[in-house]
Amino acid sequence: MIQQENMLVISQNQIAKDIFELTLEGNLVHEMKEPGQFVHIRSNPGLDPLLRRPISIASIDKEKNQFTVIYRAEGKGTRLLSMNVEGSRIDVLGPLGNGFPIHEAHQGETALLVGGGIGVPPLYELAKQLNKQGTKTIHILGFETAEKAFYERGFSELGETYIATVDGSLGTRGFVTNVIDEHQFDFDVLYSCGPTPMLKALEERFSGRKAYLSLEQRMGCGIGACFACVCHLTDDPKGSKYVKICSDGPVFPIGKVVLS
Amino acid sequence: MNRLQIELPGLSLINPVMPASGCFGFGKEYSQFYDLSILGAIMIKATTLEPRFGNPTPRVAETSAGMLNAIGLQNPGLEGVLANELPWLERFDVPIIANVAGSETEDYVEVAEKISTAPNVKALELNISCPNVKKGGIAFGTIPEVAAELTKRVKEVSSVPVYVKLSPNVADIVGMAEAVEEAGADGLTMINTLLGMRLDIKTGKPILANNSGGLSGPAIKPVAVRMIYEVSQKVNIPIIGMGGIESTDDIIEYFYAGASAVAIGTMNFTDPFICPRLIEELPRKLDELQVTHISELTGRSWKKYGAKANHCS
Repeated sequence: MIQQENMLVISQNQIAKDIFELTLEGNLVHEMKEPGQFVHIRSNPGLDPLLRRPISIASIDKEKNQFTVIYRAEGKGTRLLSMNVEGSRIDVLGPLGNGFPIHEAHQGETALLVGGGIGVPPLYELAKQLNKQGTKTIHILGFETAEKAFYERGFSELGETYIATVDGSLGTRGFVTNVIDEHQFDFDVLYSCGPTPMLKALEERFSGRKAYLSLEQRMGCGIGACFACVCHLTDDPKGSKYVKICSDGPVFPIGKVVLS
Repeated sequence: MNRLQIELPGLSLINPVMPASGCFGFGKEYSQFYDLSILGAIMIKATTLEPRFGNPTPRVAETSAGMLNAIGLQNPGLEGVLANELPWLERFDVPIIANVAGSETEDYVEVAEKISTAPNVKALELNISCPNVKKGGIAFGTIPEVAAELTKRVKEVSSVPVYVKLSPNVADIVGMAEAVEEAGADGLTMINTLLGMRLDIKTGKPILANNSGGLSGPAIKPVAVRMIYEVSQKVNIPIIGMGGIESTDDIIEYFYAGASAVAIGTMNFTDPFICPRLIEELPRKLDELQVTHISELTGRSWKKYGAKANHCS
């Protein structure tokens, strides 16, 4: 069930250029299901910015009643959010949406996890849970540049990890698809989260495979009421059929929705 | 005595607070947070004759203390609303105000005639002010004669009272209000969103795929208050006020200006519990103001102090 809670800030750290890691504590954590869900965070108690910020969950610790998000402080709201210090409270609505179906990958199988930029964080909890159920994970993480890269070590501890940066300052120069084309990985299930051009590139390569993509879009309410984040379906690309990314997604099977 | 009870044409409201059309879907999403029967009414999302997908994304952009939207009246169409949405809402003891939109007069008339016969629809809200559809919508809401004619046609077929939702994107809001009153409108709802635009700093392109959209939220409240203040002194039909309400103080301000009830829009997105919270807080606010019944506040601003001359003089 979706809850609204003023959650306690356990820690907030800058872990890369403009990238913050925020750990929050509260009962809402118990409502979290599969990895890939998100929370809708109010960046300040005032009216500017007015809307909440949808941020995906990067890791969950149910024993401690805590979860962590990783976000880029780029706009007004996320910059305000980054100023919250340990001990303060933040208004969180969540958990929202439907995450990655982890049971589509079985014990002994291999899952390829592909993330781009701020799409990387939800793959971390996913990798943890897949490994826990005995699924091997291979991670391909794309960043703009080395100073914006994060969690390389965390991912490496869970499985083979490849990094791509646009400027070549870390790992392979280029995009995650350069790594994929170069290595021709053998995998059973693909899970991915990142910018739409990246998801499109994956769709070109892997449509028909068992694959799940997490989409992003500007959101209003985050719960399905405002119709800001709708997508056409590939079987009715111009018609009135639709899904909402916030409440039907953000994760969809590859090829289900029109990526635009 | 219920200090919040309000009687309006077609509507017996247990309190004057209702979610505004387009900010509450058809109620399902918010029903997971609270019992919708506590609301004064629900203004459901606009219904058009045929299902509509709406505009391409991005459909929303933020602004200071507000937001722009260009959803484009996405809805399942008249048949879908009659078959699924309205019957689902019957589980709640709450009057429904059905927002009716279209691109041709005949569309409005057909939707109004049919939707007004649904058992829980107690009033219509004629949407002549949506800025986000190319044809219809706002075109009906900027020319008084056109708005009046449409109001008249819809009144002829509707089984329930008709409230006309006014656009603030006009030079003469009073003239518009008088025109639809003359044509038989039972009430007014005001205001719809203001036309606005935002550009991406990196690319220079509009953020909204539709280029422009409707501005809502606390940023537009003074515009709405001014318009309700002026219109309420010139018409004899009640006004449901809306535009950026986020506190009981805002509700009081709308009543002072001349509203008889209020709708909460954008703030439902920020705080899904805003309607129940404000309903709960209202009696305390009335105590503070030493008011027995909230309806005593309607128009207090101009009743008590007399109308001030127009700002242009």
